[in-house]
Amino acid sequence: MMELVCPAGTPAALRAAVDAGAHTVYCGFADETNARNFPGLNFSRPEMAEGVAYAKARGARVLVAINTFPRAGEQALWHRAVADAHGAGAHAVILADPGLIAHAADTHPDLRLHLSVQAAAANPDAINFYAESFGIRRVVLPRVLTVEEITAINREIDIETEVFVFGGLCVMAEGRCSLSSWATGLSPNMNGVCSPASHVVYDEVAGQNEARLGGLLIHRTPKGAPVPYPTLCKGCFTAPATDTGPAQTGHIFEDPVSLDATELIPRLQRAGVTALKIEGRQRSRAYVAQVVRAFRAAVEAAEAGAPMPAGLLAKLTEGQSATTGAYAKTWR
Amino acid sequence: MDLTIGPVAFFWTAETVRGFYRDLAASPARRVVIGEWVCSKRLPFWQDEIPGAVEVLSAAGKEVALSTLALVTLRRERRQTADLFEAGLPVEIADLGALRYLPEGVPFQVGPTVNVYNEGTLEWLARKGATRVCLPPELPLASVAVLARAGRAAGVAIEVWGHGRAPLAISGRCYHARLHDRAKDSCQFVCGDDPDGRDVETLDGRAFLTVNGVQTLGHAHTTVAGQVADLAEAGVSALRLSPQASGFPGLVRLYDKMARQDITAGDALARLQALMPGASLANGFLAAAPGLRPVG
Repeated sequence: MMELVCPAGTPAALRAAVDAGAHTVYCGFADETNARNFPGLNFSRPEMAEGVAYAKARGARVLVAINTFPRAGEQALWHRAVADAHGAGAHAVILADPGLIAHAADTHPDLRLHLSVQAAAANPDAINFYAESFGIRRVVLPRVLTVEEITAINREIDIETEVFVFGGLCVMAEGRCSLSSWATGLSPNMNGVCSPASHVVYDEVAGQNEARLGGLLIHRTPKGAPVPYPTLCKGCFTAPATDTGPAQTGHIFEDPVSLDATELIPRLQRAGVTALKIEGRQRSRAYVAQVVRAFRAAVEAAEAGAPMPAGLLAKLTEGQSATTGAYAKTWR
Repeated sequence: MDLTIGPVAFFWTAETVRGFYRDLAASPARRVVIGEWVCSKRLPFWQDEIPGAVEVLSAAGKEVALSTLALVTLRRERRQTADLFEAGLPVEIADLGALRYLPEGVPFQVGPTVNVYNEGTLEWLARKGATRVCLPPELPLASVAVLARAGRAAGVAIEVWGHGRAPLAISGRCYHARLHDRAKDSCQFVCGDDPDGRDVETLDGRAFLTVNGVQTLGHAHTTVAGQVADLAEAGVSALRLSPQASGFPGLVRLYDKMARQDITAGDALARLQALMPGASLANGFLAAAPGLRPVG
């Protein structure tokens, strides 16, 4: 059966995910070492050890994401996170920074290493380079690839692949995007945040709802209509007319959609994908439990060769549209 | 400090490319990185200019390196990347995966789209043979200073993004084509219509980003014109200037004065603004502020 890798932003979410049928749970420490560095989220050292014990007792595994890029002069914080994840009994750490990966491989030779999506290894050569250089055992593939490309990659590499199937959707190559720091000074790579809530202001102006990020108007909707969270790459912008093209106003990068690749699970399985990943460490434990239950049913159906259960997640995506993203070539 | 000219980000005609490098040969730039950085579909239209440009630049005493693509996914792109290392010139990697093709023991350079955020990664690259690294534009001065120190110890020259629209993101999808309701595979090369990229504004008319094929740039031109003394003191060895369609020779001369610290920060900014009338200039990244923060 394909492995289901589920998010946990809190110990309660970790327990909920395990109880709902997650094979694996991923989480991070409560600091800048992980890419969901949000207030009130993530694990203290004792919580991590307890979480690992809880999962292990129920046959599940814990991965620790240490997937930001260490700040120059302060690498010790990241080195300590790797050592503490190892000490807590994590099944593996998920890393993105080559310097940190080199450190982990040298210092903790028995620690299993996964390559984070933030490392943006988007072709077999890049993946093989990481595997050969550091003994990486699994790569989380960037969300810029089609199913056909994933199939081709798996033919050329020996390590496991993990792909995102549900939740937030980055439309840029992940780990290589500075849109957020351009607008707010804070970025996923440096600070573990994207379009951070600390820089968001919602307002009502002249009968319309506005959402701003760092003072920049990102969404404007009629009064009464919901105004989406102002994530930069899903904002509404205008490209003024040029000599060769008319003005365009709209979601020029991506609509405010989320990823749902449920229908592609059988194809991903045939493509040789080992694990399916659900985004959402910032989500509530109730949400996590619901999504995990639905996807556990889906991977069991895929294993049995049965059709994907339809409408499992209708409630969770209600009012918000979903896309299969780059996995379908037409997205490009 | 001296000057490195980065690869052209935009899709220019072969003729424009030829004139651009002819002008650069006569400029005070120390070194030039040339090659298709953004989209492999553009390369057939101008690749025949590369040997001539290399010859003209080398004859003028410039160090020349070849750039890889910033995002390598297709088989054809992988082959092109491997071929670059056979060309007999130094290679600047723009995607870390390009290191897979690096012949054993061959030195290389690292461009600003590779994530070098800390001394651990810098030292690892140095062990692999890196001799020169242009740091990611979003790094603040405090990090630049630490990395310049580590670079000196490891024998790696450190460059900083000195001028030009900063590369902020790259995607598997072409947003330039999407603006014309086309997909990447049927783009009809619309990015060639916009020699400095296509502007993107917020809904209330504030200039924000510039779309350049699969790449997204900041709209304001990032400049270190007011911060050169800090960079020199930090031990930065070169400023990288990113090519733009108009007025580039004048910019190179001005930044050369800055690099040699022949001009005050105030004068440098005033002359820069005069060379680019109406352009917005930004310098937030080095100050650990939003990158688009206006100069002044």
